[in-house]
Parts: sequence; C-alpha cells; structure tokens
Amino acid sequence: MSKKLRTRKHTVVLNRSVGGDMGITFFLTIMGIFMFLPMLYVILQSLKPLDELWMFPPRFYVINPTLKNFSDLFSLMADSWVPFSRYIFNTVFISVTGTFGNLLLASMAAYALAKQKFPGRDIMFDMVVKSLMFTSTVTSIATFITMSILHWVDTYFAIIIPAFGYTLGLYLMKQFMETNVPDATLESARLDGASEFYAFWVIAMPMVKPAWLTLIIYSFQGLWNSGSSIYIYSEQLKTLNYAISQITAAGIARAGASAAATVVMMAVPILVFVISQSNIIETMGSSGMKD
Amino acid sequence: MSKKTEVANAGQAAVSRKDMTRLQWTLKEMKNNKTAYLMVAPFMIIFFVFTVIPVVLSVLLSFTSFNMLQMPKFLFLDNYIRLFLDDDIFITAVKNTLIFAVITGPTSYMLSLFIAWFINELSPKVRAVVTLIFYAPSIGGNVYLIWGTLFSSDAYGWVNGMLLNMGIINEPILWFFDKKYVMPLCIVVALWTSLGTAFLSFIAGLQGIDKSYYEAAAVDGIRNRWQELWYVTLPVMKPQLMFGAVLAITGSFGFGGIVTALAGFPSVEYSCWTITHHLDDYGGQRWEVGYSSAIAVLLFAMMIGANMLVHKILAKVGQ
Repeated sequence: MSKKLRTRKHTVVLNRSVGGDMGITFFLTIMGIFMFLPMLYVILQSLKPLDELWMFPPRFYVINPTLKNFSDLFSLMADSWVPFSRYIFNTVFISVTGTFGNLLLASMAAYALAKQKFPGRDIMFDMVVKSLMFTSTVTSIATFITMSILHWVDTYFAIIIPAFGYTLGLYLMKQFMETNVPDATLESARLDGASEFYAFWVIAMPMVKPAWLTLIIYSFQGLWNSGSSIYIYSEQLKTLNYAISQITAAGIARAGASAAATVVMMAVPILVFVISQSNIIETMGSSGMKD
Repeated sequence: MSKKTEVANAGQAAVSRKDMTRLQWTLKEMKNNKTAYLMVAPFMIIFFVFTVIPVVLSVLLSFTSFNMLQMPKFLFLDNYIRLFLDDDIFITAVKNTLIFAVITGPTSYMLSLFIAWFINELSPKVRAVVTLIFYAPSIGGNVYLIWGTLFSSDAYGWVNGMLLNMGIINEPILWFFDKKYVMPLCIVVALWTSLGTAFLSFIAGLQGIDKSYYEAAAVDGIRNRWQELWYVTLPVMKPQLMFGAVLAITGSFGFGGIVTALAGFPSVEYSCWTITHHLDDYGGQRWEVGYSSAIAVLLFAMMIGANMLVHKILAKVGQ
C-alpha cells in the first residue's frame, strides 16, 4: 500500500476533456484564492506598523513591514498578572502528557481490537465509532458532574485524563493496523512464544509509524488549541490559547499584537502538518468505515 | 502466553462450539483472551467514564430538575415540553442549527470531495502544496478571527473600507452585528475552516485506488471523468465517504464556537443562536443541569439521526 502510494507516477490519464480540465483549473484557482487570502491577510496584518493598521482606505498589502507587533505581543505578555511563562508551561505540559497518554493507551487498545478476537470486541469498537458521531459539547455538563465527583475540577487532570480517551486516534490506529500489520507475522511470533504485549510493542508498533505520528498530531493539535474550559477556573491553570484570546479580546487598540498572536498560534500546527503530511495521508488511506 | 494460545486452539478443535451453551462459550473465550482485555481496559475505562457514562447520565438527568446543589427532582418529560412549547429561543436555535447543518454539512462534504478529486491528478509536489493551502485554515487555531478584521464594523475593516472608497456604500456596514449579514458570513467562515480530516481522508482514498480499474472501465465504455467518478471512483472509496460523512455531520451540527468568537454571545437578536449556544447558556452559565441535559440529548439525537440518514443515502452511491 505505502509503496504503491510513493511510486505512483503522473501518467497519461484516460477520459479527460480539455473543457473539463479548464473548468476544474478555474474552480480550483478561485477556491484556492478564497482559502489563501485570509491566511495571507493575517500574516500581513501582523507585519503592519500602527499607521498602516489605521489607514483609510485600508490596504491589503504592507508597505513598511515591521516586527514591532511581535515585540509588543511579548511585552504585553510580560505585563500580564499571571506570568506568561505559566500559560506556556500549562499548554506545553497539557499537550505533551495528554498526547503521550493517548498514544500509549489508544494504540494498545487498537492493537487488541484489530488483531485479537474476543467477546465484546465488536461492541467496543462500534461504540468508539458512534462516539465520532457527536461532539463533546453534548457531554460537557454531565462530564462536569463526573469531574466534581472525582474532585478533578480545576486541576490538570480534568484536561489531561479525558484526552487519553480521544477516540479519533484509536479509530485511525485500529484501521491502519488492520491493513498494515500482517496476521501471519503476529502468528509466527506467537508460535515462537512472544506475549501479546511483546507482539504489540516490538512487532506491530514499528510497522505503524505513520499512524502513531498521525495520532500524535491530532491529539497534540486538539490540546494545543484548547482554550477556556468549564472545568478550569484558576487563572494559573489556564492555557496559552486562552491568554492570547484575552489579548485579542482587548479590541482594536491591540489589532497588531493580536494578529501577531494569531500568527504565532497557527504557525505551530501548520508547521507540524507540513513536516508530517505524507505520513498523515498514508494513515488516512485506511481511515474508511466499512459497514 | 503461547502455551495458552496453543491450548486454546487445541480446545477449539476438540470441543466443538455446539457442545456448549452460548454463555459457556463466551466465558471460555473471555478467559482465553485475558491479555486482550488487559490491553483495551485502560483506554476503555477512560472512554466509558468521560464519554459513555456522560451520555447515559445526560439522558437520565434530562428527566429531572437539578442545580448541582440539591438532589435532582424527577420531572419526567417536563424539560422537553418546556423546550418545545415554552422556549422560543430554543426553537430559533433548532431552526438556525438546521440551516447551518443543511448548508455547511453537504457543502463542505462536496467541496472536500471535489477538491480532493481535482487535485488527485496533480504531480505529488504540487499536490502537497495545494493540500496545505486548502487544509491550513482548519488547523490554524483561531485564525478564523481574521474574518472579524476583514469584515470589521468600522471604516478600517478591509471590506468596509473598499466599499466606502469605491462609493458603493455611504456608511460602514455592521457585518457580524447586522441581522441581514451575520448568518451568511458565519456560513462562509464555517466553510472556510471545514476542509479538515475528511478532506485528507478523501485525498488518501483517491490515491489508493488501483489505476487498472480505470483502464478496465475505459474498455467497458466509460466515456468521461464524471462517469468514471460515479461508476468507479466513488464505489471504491465508499469507506472513506462514510468516514467523511460522519465528520461532516459532527462538525456541522456542533457549530457554535466560530459564531461566539465573531458575532458575540448571544449574536444580534439571536440570529445565529444554535443549539450549542443554548446548551452553553443553560449548562455552563445558568447551571440548570436537567434542562441543559434535555438540550444535549436532543442535539445528540439529531446528530445520530443525521448519521443514520446519510448512511442510507451513501449506500446508493454507484448504483
């Protein structure tokens, strides 16, 4: 599968009309401009000096680019009541631990669901699939009750532990293992006396690198972008995204700094995607839902 | 472990399944697969505690009145009756949610599919760049806030500035704070951020299709790319189509965060108020847990219902 993806060449394709090609190119160009211009505009805004931000008529492009908005952003951060390093620590800590736990627990469960047969397996997986069909907003109030019973309200646990149970990662991992880890290899390892844990960790996991990279990215992205939460009210436990949204919310006076903040926040997930794109696409190859 | 597996295999061969009751068989199988349960347990426990139990709890609480301080009081269907007969804002929310879902769900789904299909024939390097351009808005954190700057209500917003400068309007339009424009604008922003995981899944699905199918189809008399799409491509990538549909539905019904960020909470005259907002209002702000649970249960039912419906429709693809 992976080999085929990589070696597939761009060759003459059948059944193509010139008119169709032109129409498609036109459509793609229009859509591409629609998608790209706002992204470009954020970056340009973040480079504009004050007089260009408040120019009439407003100009799309920047004439005298400056990094002053970024330095303003950092001085705003330095002035905040809770030290900004605390918000950064919170976001990094939550993202790293949550992602790591999700990776470990989800891939272990995915291995069992994909490669072992036991009563209850199909029901469990079916529930995981069903969970993709609704947003966590639906369960947030009831989860709050669970959190207060556990005394986890206003602790890191309230964010990190539920992240261990993110189902999209498990789903993608299980589907990928099913197609990419041959049963024969596992069977011969078992005959050689390997335990299931050994088969999972030493044999299966190295075969599914694209899938765990994808899981890490999804999990990390979700946690990195997490803002205010009803489970957290202490200022000291809040995230970078929340803190930055406070800067943005301060309104027009900080237009430059808030554009700079947006650029900083979006740069991380986009860079991560650029680096890992081919692995993610490879994982998505087996993401389909069979009936 | 291996010994156990061997014993299990031998056992299966010697004792036929018919010799046992279903329960006995299940128990035996469960015993043989202890490690499997050990491996799924950590994930499943967390999944149950934070996803499955909250769904069940929401259903139970939706029949009560509960404020987190006193014991819940059983009301039976009163919350639901109040929602439908006594809460005009909820009816507005349902209407807006349906408008959002019916427009953004299918549109983002079709866009994802067609763009993925169109870029499939580009060379790999170009395709990677184009993929990034289309995908980036969906992962860029809250980069959608830039639409608030572009469509800002004052003369310094880019769109207002342009229109004023060209003499098309005489005073700035309030865009996100004007009843006439806020809904279409939010739909546009939602579409802008909607080429996400489903889009990537479609790209991968298209790349995984064996080229010999197309050659065979051309021999069989497929004449143009549209027939090829309908009779070859879509049926082969049906699993991806299912997966994409699930994500599109979840995204379009759960819509709300973007509206709150751009148009405020509540949006002008509740013109963009969705069920998610209503849920936040009664759950996160007023702590009417029973009532908000009823809202959550209805939203949950709508999402699951839409999924079942789309599942049926997709079964017809390629026929």
